[in-house]
Amino acid sequence: MNVLDHNEEFARAATAVPDTSHRGILYLEDISVSFDGFKALNELNLYVDDGELRCIIGPNGAGKTTMMDVITGKTKPDSGSAFFGQTLDLLRLDEPAIAAAGIGRKFQKPTVFEPLTVFENLELAMSGDKGVWASLRAKLSGEQRSRIDEVLEIIGLKHERSRRAGLLSHGQKQWLEIGMLLMQDPRLLLVDEPVAGMTPQETERTAELLTSLAGKHSVVVVEHDMAFVRSIARKVTVLHQGSVLAEGSMDEIQNNPKVVEVYLGDEH
Amino acid sequence: MITRLILSDRGSRWLFAVLIAAAVLVPVGNLLVPAGSPLHIPTYTVTLLGKYLCYALLALSVDLIWGYCGILSLGHGAFFALGGYCMGMYLMRQIGGRGVYGNAELPDFMVFLNWQELPWYWYGFDMFPFAMLMVLLVPGLLAFVFGALAFRSRVNGVYLSIITQALTYALMLAFFRNEMGFGGNNGLTDFKDILGFSLQADGTRVALFLASCLALGLGYLACRYLVTSRFGRVIVAIRDAESRARFVGYRVERYKMWLFTFSAVLAGIAGALYVPQVGIINPGEFAPLNSIEVVVWVAVGGRGTLFGPVLGAMAVNYAKTYFTAALPEVWLYALGLLFVLVTVLLPQGIVGLLGRLRLRRRTSETTAATAEAP
Repeated sequence: MNVLDHNEEFARAATAVPDTSHRGILYLEDISVSFDGFKALNELNLYVDDGELRCIIGPNGAGKTTMMDVITGKTKPDSGSAFFGQTLDLLRLDEPAIAAAGIGRKFQKPTVFEPLTVFENLELAMSGDKGVWASLRAKLSGEQRSRIDEVLEIIGLKHERSRRAGLLSHGQKQWLEIGMLLMQDPRLLLVDEPVAGMTPQETERTAELLTSLAGKHSVVVVEHDMAFVRSIARKVTVLHQGSVLAEGSMDEIQNNPKVVEVYLGDEH
Repeated sequence: MITRLILSDRGSRWLFAVLIAAAVLVPVGNLLVPAGSPLHIPTYTVTLLGKYLCYALLALSVDLIWGYCGILSLGHGAFFALGGYCMGMYLMRQIGGRGVYGNAELPDFMVFLNWQELPWYWYGFDMFPFAMLMVLLVPGLLAFVFGALAFRSRVNGVYLSIITQALTYALMLAFFRNEMGFGGNNGLTDFKDILGFSLQADGTRVALFLASCLALGLGYLACRYLVTSRFGRVIVAIRDAESRARFVGYRVERYKMWLFTFSAVLAGIAGALYVPQVGIINPGEFAPLNSIEVVVWVAVGGRGTLFGPVLGAMAVNYAKTYFTAALPEVWLYALGLLFVLVTVLLPQGIVGLLGRLRLRRRTSETTAATAEAP
């Protein structure tokens, strides 16, 4: 059972801070993943700078979710390399170790812990020792409480703190999930379709929230809603058939003939 | 701490009130009230109640993993039986030279098999503290190894249930073999005394009953501590959104492994208290059907509440005692029917039903009050 020793080693590696001395926070190089012969990712190269807010767009099946799976350790690629900062090799870590290293993920479908209250959801997500013994003895300090209150304020769920998360509306669940990401205090946030199913007002608030996070955190947003992407993005990456088709500002992307052909084509 | 563990929860308050009352009234009714009085509690009943308490502890251990973490074990009878065998081995060694063959060293069945010396794994079981340590260690270690293999390979749901069922079945077949050195088909029985006290004496029976009360009470408190701590919230999170819990940074396998191990130790303690009260342990205790019955108790009582399974184990076993005496051929049908009815009509078991009735009474009271109000 040397799996155990390995995990220990990973956990130790993961407590290290990502080295961003060369500005980059995420380096994906030549990543390929195939499922039963279908190439979900095909020699994908992607670099994200520290503090950047990046939008990733692409038609269905372009490999957006698979890419997130690779970064968070859910899927191991067939080839390629993935680094968090200069030194942390993501392919050698498992999901909890990657989370501990500072990568948080928000799922496409909002997933919160439904039987627990909003407050408890944030408590569980809080960064810190997530080991079995630590959580048996865990007590919230005043400082941690005020941190949770602060996040409740940011996500606008202050009055819902004692409500069961399962009773929240769809939009509120999305925000709670973003709040859980904030509690993890990650360096890099991966956000999968944050505004799907939201009302225009909710979408607008989410856009504000994500823009305010950039700078302190690096944020990668996968989104279908072009209006939303236009409203937040400084730099956009277009994925197509598992690799990067184009990269640049929203204007450059919209005028790129290749992109127009495969993706924006139906809009024009 | 007491508030958190007992007072804040209605079910826990009831359970402890009843448990303490039983721990006082049963010994008094048995030992102090004379046999002719209508208030006298016969020793048979004391032992029966003690047996139910052991079942309740077993049900608690299953509920902890199934109700709170979604791990449906259909093999928890195995840990119960292993704890029972450890106690049985101690009681066997206590017989000493008083067996049928009069061999001070070897239990009767070994003499019968023409064995010359005690197998190595029987060493130490003549010492009570060692045997009690084994009661904790043997089920705990098996559960730890099993959990490490199953949970690390991310075996979940139905597949895990089937493996636990296979585990208890395999152990049953193994323990049936005479060469294993655990008495084969007949198991371990003919016990004489425990810690020097005769197992037939009323005083010993009452003491075992009290020990069962204490074990259930402490086991319950330990489970309450677990489920009201952050650990408890993490296992509920794992139950409902396992991959989310992983991405938040919890090592799901470790949580499951330790919870499963703790649960197995509780089941082992229940088995160890059960054996001296019923006077026998045989491979039949490993039968897959036994483990499934435990799941029925938990479902009937209400899983995901610690109080429910205790109630369920008591109620179903009382019904079993009653039916198998009054209408023996009906019992299995009644059990099957009960399970179907509970699954269809009472997904939260008796506890859920009680909660609903209370809610209805409260709403009818408020509607009556508002009707009178204008």
